[in-house]
Amino acid sequence: VEERPFRSASGEPLALRRRQHSASCRELALRRPRLQLRSLSAVTSAVWLAAYGVFVLSENSMVLSAAIFITLIGLIIYLHFVKIDQESLLVIGSLGIQLTSSYASGKESTTFIEMSRVKDVVINEAIYMQKVIYYLCILLKDPQDPQGVSEVVPLFQSSQPRLDCLMEVYKSCQEILDQRKEAPQSS
Amino acid sequence: MVLKVFFPSCCSSAESGILIGRWISEQNSAVILAVVHFPFIPVQVKQYLSELQRVTKVNVSVLGSWNNSKQEKEESLSEFLEDLGTIFSHEPWIQISKEGESKFWSCSTLQKRSNNHREEEIILVYYDQRKVMLSCLHPPLDTAASTAHEAEDASRLSAIFDTVAKSKVLFMTDKYDDGPIKLTHWQSDGVEASIIVELMKQASVPACMLLTFLLSLISGACKSRMLKFWPLSFLWSKLSTCEQLAHRLQHLQVISSNKKAQNQTQLMRKANIFVSLLIDVALGILLMSWLYRKNRIGHLADTLIPVADHVAEELQDLLQWLMGAPAGLKMNRALDQVLGRFFLYHIHLWISYIHLMSPFIEMILWYVGLSACLGLTVALCILSDIIALLTFHIYCFYVYGARLYCLKIYGLSSLWRLFRGKKWNVLRQRVDSCSYDLDQLFIGTLLFTILLFLLPTTALYYLVFTLLRLLVVIVQGLIHLLVDLVDSLPLYSIILRLCRSYRLAAGVKFRVLEQQDGKPLRLLMQINPLSYGSVVQTYRLPTYSCYPKDSWTSLCKKLFLGELIYPWKHKGEKQD
Repeated sequence: VEERPFRSASGEPLALRRRQHSASCRELALRRPRLQLRSLSAVTSAVWLAAYGVFVLSENSMVLSAAIFITLIGLIIYLHFVKIDQESLLVIGSLGIQLTSSYASGKESTTFIEMSRVKDVVINEAIYMQKVIYYLCILLKDPQDPQGVSEVVPLFQSSQPRLDCLMEVYKSCQEILDQRKEAPQSS
Repeated sequence: MVLKVFFPSCCSSAESGILIGRWISEQNSAVILAVVHFPFIPVQVKQYLSELQRVTKVNVSVLGSWNNSKQEKEESLSEFLEDLGTIFSHEPWIQISKEGESKFWSCSTLQKRSNNHREEEIILVYYDQRKVMLSCLHPPLDTAASTAHEAEDASRLSAIFDTVAKSKVLFMTDKYDDGPIKLTHWQSDGVEASIIVELMKQASVPACMLLTFLLSLISGACKSRMLKFWPLSFLWSKLSTCEQLAHRLQHLQVISSNKKAQNQTQLMRKANIFVSLLIDVALGILLMSWLYRKNRIGHLADTLIPVADHVAEELQDLLQWLMGAPAGLKMNRALDQVLGRFFLYHIHLWISYIHLMSPFIEMILWYVGLSACLGLTVALCILSDIIALLTFHIYCFYVYGARLYCLKIYGLSSLWRLFRGKKWNVLRQRVDSCSYDLDQLFIGTLLFTILLFLLPTTALYYLVFTLLRLLVVIVQGLIHLLVDLVDSLPLYSIILRLCRSYRLAAGVKFRVLEQQDGKPLRLLMQINPLSYGSVVQTYRLPTYSCYPKDSWTSLCKKLFLGELIYPWKHKGEKQD
C-alpha cells in the first residue's frame, strides 16, 4: 500500500493510494479534501445573516425557520449528491474494471465494465476555453466494428488530477491490461 | 489464463463432498451451484446430473471436490477426494479445502491433459445464490432474437445469471430432502412465502374467469350498434372520460387474461397495471368519502351556478371594455358595436340555458360524483369535462374570432399581392405575376384599404379570446398531466426497487475481501441495483394521449395566421 500526494487541475491537494491485492488485481484510489469546517460555517452564517436581515425588514418569523430548514436540507443534499470524497478504480485482470465514487454521506455509486468490452485505457487531452485538460478514459469496443470504439468512459471526473498523477494510474492499468494480451485467448 | 471460481456463499458451511456446477470454457470460469456430500454412489450421481441437464437445459457436471474439515487436515479424506477426480473426469479438476473456521481457503487445480504445468492464478468469487437466482439483469437479452454469434460473445455476467436462474431446482433441495443423493444447501433465510399470497393465488383463478366474463359483457354492450349513431359517437370521442374508461377497461382485460406472463417484462407490466388500478380506486374512494361527508357535493352544486354567472358577468364586462376604447386604442365604432353585440347575445343565450338547467344540477352532480369510485383518474377526467362544458362559450368565441381573423389575414395577403401585381398560382403552388384590369385594381385596392383599417379591431377581439382559450387549455392540460401520471407510473417496480432491490439488477459490483499470501484472491460479487430513473423509464405504462406535437415556432405561426389550434390530440384520432 502506498500513498502519494498530487494536485488536481484546479490546485487542490489529492492523495493517490495504490494497493496491489494480487498479481492481476490492483486498486487505485484518489482521495479529495473533505468538507472544511470554515467554509461550512461561512456559508451558514451568510445565509442566516441574510435571513435575519429580511426578518428585521418584514417582521415575519417564518423567514428565520425557513432559513434554518433550507440550510439543513441544502447541506444534506450537498453531502449526499454533490460532494465526492473519493474516486477509486479497481482493475481485475480477466474480470473487468470497476469505478466507484464515494460521496461525503457514505453513499457509493459503482459501475462495473467487463474486460471483454474494454478496448483500451488512454489519456486524452481536451481543449476547453483557454485550458488544455488531460483526462484518463476507458475505450469500449464496438460490437459491430472490431476496430472501432463505441463509447468513451471518462475517469476521475470530479477530482480532475494533473498529468503526473494520470501517468501513474495509466502505467498501473496498462501493466494489468498487458497481461490479458500475453495470455492465450480461449482455447 | 486466470481461473475464476464462482462459489455460492450459502455452501460455505457445507460438509465435505463434491462440487457440481457449470464450466464455461470460453471464459475459463466455473460456476458452482451445489455441493453433493457423502454418502453417494457415483453412478447415481451421474444419473441425477443427466436428469437435471434434461430438465433445466443447463450443462451441469461435476467440477471438483470440496473438503471442509472441522479439525485438522484429514489426510485420508483428501486422498480419497483426489481419487474421485479419476471417476468423474473433468478438465480441470478443482479442489477447494477449508480448514476449521479459517476464512482463507486453499484452492488448487489438477490438470492432467495440459502440457505446461504453469501455476495459473485462481480467483475465488463469492456470490449470494438466492439473490442472483431471483434477479433479472437489465437490459434483458432477448434469447429468441439473438443470433448464435451474439450468444457467443454474450457477456459473462448474463451467462452466469442465466445459469443460476435456470438451476432453481438445485437451490431448492437441501440435505433434509429425501432423494438418491444428498445435496447441501444451507438456506439461512428460508424460502420466502406467506399464507396470504398463497390464498390469493388460489382465489385468483376463479376471480379472473369471472372478471373476463363481465368484461366481455361490458365490451359487447359498448360495441353495440345503438351507441354508434352519429351524435352519440361524436360525443363519446370528445369526452375524455370515455377515453379514460376505455383505457382502464383495456387494462382490466390485460390482467384478467388466463395466459401466464411469458417473461419478466410482461409479468412486471401486469403487476404494474394491477397496482396502478388498485391505487387509483383507493384514491377515488377516498375522494368520494371526502366529497360526500358533510354534504360537500351539495355545496359544490350550489356554488356552480353562481360561478357560471360570475364568469358570464366578467365576460360581459370585458366585452363592454372592448366596445369602448380598450387600452387607449381607437376602434372602428361600427364593427366594434356589431361584434360586441353579437358576442353579448351569445352570452345571454348561454346564461339562459344554464339557468334552465339549474334545478337539475344538484342531482346530476350527485350521481356523477358517485362515479369517482371507479378511480381518481375518472374523477379528474370528469372535472376536466365539466370545465370544458362550462367554458363552451369561450371556445365558441375563440372559434368565431379566429375564423374572422383568419379570413381577414388571407384576404389581406391576397389583396396585397394584387396591389403589387402578383397572383397565387394554385396549380404551381407559387406566386406569379399577373396583369390586372383597371377596375379589378381599383376594387382590389379599395377592399385592401378597408380590410387593413378594420384589422386592429378584429385582431384585438381575436387576441382576447385566444388568451382566454389558452387559459382554459392550460388548466385542462394540467389535469390531463396528472391523469397521465397516475396512469403511467410503474408503482410496483418502484416499490420492488425500494424493498427488494436485488431483483432489478443493472450490473454487479465486486468487493475485495481480506487477502492472505499464497491463497487465491477473494472477491465478493454483489448486485448493483438499477437507478430509480431507469426503473421508471424501462417499466412505464403506455398512455393514450400524446403531447403537443407542434413545436413552439409552428404554434406561434398558427396563432399569427389565425388557424385553429388543437394542442391536446389523442392517439388514434383522425387528423383533420
